[in-house]
Amino acid sequence: MFGYYLELAVRSLRRSPGLTALMILSIGFGVAASMTTYSVFRGLSGDPIPWKSSRLFMPQIDSWGPGDRFHDEPPDALDYADAMALMRQHRATRQSAIYPIGPSLMPTNTGRNRGPVELDGYAVYSEFFPMLDVPFHYGNGWSVDDDVSQLPVAVISDKLNQQVFGGGNSVGKTIDIDNHDYRIVGVMRDWNLQPRFFDIEGGYYSVDGPDVFLSFRHSVAINMINAGWDGCRKGASDPQGDFVGLQNSDCVWIAYMAELDDVAAVQRYRQYLDDYASEQQKAGRFRWAPNNRLRDVPAFLDHEHIVPSDTKVSLLVAQGLLIVCLVNTVGLLLAKFLRRSGEIAVRRALGASRKAIYAQFLTEAGVIGVGGGVLGLLFTIMGVFSVDQVLPASYAVLARIDPSLLLLTLLLAVTATLVAGVYPTYRASRVQPAWQLKAS
Amino acid sequence: MTVHPIVAALRRHKAAVLLIVLQIALTLAIVANAIFIIGQRIERMDRPTGADENGLIWILQGWPAAPAGDDAATIEQLDALQRTDLATLRSLPDVQDVAASTSIPLLSGYTTGDITLNADQKGLSVHAAYYYCDQHLRPTLGLQLIAGRDFDASEIRHGRAHADSPVIIVSKPVADALFPNGDALGQTVYQDDGKPSSIVGIVERLQTPRRSESTWAFNSVLEPFRDDESWSGYVVRARPGRVQAAMREVRQALFAVNPMRLMPGPLGGIHAFTEMRARAYRSDRGMALLMSVICVILLSVTAAGIVGLTSFWVGQRTRQIGVRRALGARRIDIRRYFQIENLLIAGGGVVAGALFAFGLNEWLMTHYEMTRLPLRYVGIGVLAMLALGQAAVLVPARRASNVPPVVATRSV
Repeated sequence: MFGYYLELAVRSLRRSPGLTALMILSIGFGVAASMTTYSVFRGLSGDPIPWKSSRLFMPQIDSWGPGDRFHDEPPDALDYADAMALMRQHRATRQSAIYPIGPSLMPTNTGRNRGPVELDGYAVYSEFFPMLDVPFHYGNGWSVDDDVSQLPVAVISDKLNQQVFGGGNSVGKTIDIDNHDYRIVGVMRDWNLQPRFFDIEGGYYSVDGPDVFLSFRHSVAINMINAGWDGCRKGASDPQGDFVGLQNSDCVWIAYMAELDDVAAVQRYRQYLDDYASEQQKAGRFRWAPNNRLRDVPAFLDHEHIVPSDTKVSLLVAQGLLIVCLVNTVGLLLAKFLRRSGEIAVRRALGASRKAIYAQFLTEAGVIGVGGGVLGLLFTIMGVFSVDQVLPASYAVLARIDPSLLLLTLLLAVTATLVAGVYPTYRASRVQPAWQLKAS
Repeated sequence: MTVHPIVAALRRHKAAVLLIVLQIALTLAIVANAIFIIGQRIERMDRPTGADENGLIWILQGWPAAPAGDDAATIEQLDALQRTDLATLRSLPDVQDVAASTSIPLLSGYTTGDITLNADQKGLSVHAAYYYCDQHLRPTLGLQLIAGRDFDASEIRHGRAHADSPVIIVSKPVADALFPNGDALGQTVYQDDGKPSSIVGIVERLQTPRRSESTWAFNSVLEPFRDDESWSGYVVRARPGRVQAAMREVRQALFAVNPMRLMPGPLGGIHAFTEMRARAYRSDRGMALLMSVICVILLSVTAAGIVGLTSFWVGQRTRQIGVRRALGARRIDIRRYFQIENLLIAGGGVVAGALFAFGLNEWLMTHYEMTRLPLRYVGIGVLAMLALGQAAVLVPARRASNVPPVVATRSV
């Protein structure tokens, strides 16, 4: 029967090519607008580390007090004193204080680079690498002992390895960064989690991954300045270039990540943070009750409003467009189906059941849906390829076409059109055969 | 012609009429908000920074081999490097003026602080961005000095810790916010460390380096201070029409003086200001473009929907139209009928749509950074939807008016 309905549908659609084209175009545009904006949204709102994000937490400690809270929230990052206390007390399974650095790769006589090159990097503790499952080509992260002894060790990216050494196993070689020799302990595989959730800025998007990781304690010891943002209390003066001053201030500039393996551990850590803040209160450093947060990665990114509001508004408006296109299709299908009241009456009079009418007309809606879906696919592909015309490069690269997006496009088109077809089909099935036949 | 028969006829197509009303309403709601967004973005992109932007070049560079440390000797060495660069740039044939500055409008890297009227920093306070610069920045940017004077060369201090300057130049919004009576010139204000600063000059307009929206987008302060870091920023004004040539000269000359330089992207390096402006507003431009595309699709789909549905009704009523024609109705009467019918439907749609538009705006305001939708956008949208409806109905209405009276005598 389905084959027969299909044939009927195609024949009917051919009879009014204008109306058919209009419906297919309408579905195609609506679906494509939704899916193109969705591809951007999906790219930007994705979980950077889905297999582990619920076990990674960013503690926030209120080191500023009620007068400087924003919406009663503690600052997004830690100051030096709190970060160091948490590292010393070492209560999580793994943990690392993190700050962004922008040192320079210095030219060498044998190297390929003629002038200095700025590197995008982070100062971290040894546990950072196993905690974030950083993949290595060669070698590994450094050891806890290297942290303690503040050794000049470096983990470099595959790209930097290519650039300086032409690739290959460079573990054990030295690299000149800011006129210091660093021993390479590990070469990473291509590693660029998006958004960069371990950054002080609360995550941002970047086309390339970080070039280099150095030891936190070593970096602080040699005065390698914080290359990222720092936030200071209102009225407090910002030490800016004065790195030692920054360490002694209550300005926040350190991202902190802790791995906690189960609910009980999270509970304990939460209690620990409150105890820590109470202790600070007793010691007189904080003059307010503890006000801490312990969010996992998805919650933290949500808190940071990491997805730009433009992206969300675009998605919303595009969905509105889809709804209008569907309403339009409902109207057109209704007109189209009811115009054939005579035909329906004849079929009913000849014994077709209501169910058969349903099947016939929903098949017709489905055919339009498939047509709209194919067109939607085409437009979506065009749309995703042209997002770099309207978005910054670091966002545009995250909008990708993959099988799941294409499948979803097709599915959305067919489902939406079938839903749009329900009411017109219902009306068609209610056509009274006797009435119609008499009228004609 | 009375409206009554039209309404009676519409009653027989409740579902179809409701659908088209809904479609017009949703279209209006979305289009009004989308056009509002477009308007906001264009307004933001078009606002001048206060600088004479054509001919400006921004240079941000670093000396990775420079000595590190906070001691006086290091700071003097860094200052010497910076002064050498400034002298080099000044000597170039296509360079008209040069200034040292830690930032430039739209750069996105900036320092801010709060300016108050009392040393204890209580009471009225104005948030502003600081440009640490030398006496050449005001003329190089081409800012309009509306009161007071420029910095004197002797007032330019240098170093690392940004101790607040004894003299400052402020933008007019800062002056007006602190001194509503307009007597800001010569007054003493206090910055973050509580030391007094005297306002020696006021410039008409200077945008902050911050790109995203803020209430203090034009609150800027010039501080006569050459910042001695391992990196430095310079603003260059090229001779008229010589921007490209000047940029090439600048690159060559700077690397000739000292090859150990970093000019990392995307903020660093040598950039024409026009290029920086395009980059700063790229996402605004993108949003405006996307909203325009969506508006065009929406309006086309809705217009096409009206054409389709009206055509269907015309087809359905061919016989009745024939009867009316046979009974003496003129062509224009038939056409009017469909036009008025459309006006009624679209009228219902725009009333609902106006409500939807404000509702959608309200929702966007609570969830995203959005301001209240002005009435005029909805007004324009209402007129546009009515016009669209009339335009869309024209073709089917004309076809209806061409139905010959003889149809009435034929059986179907």
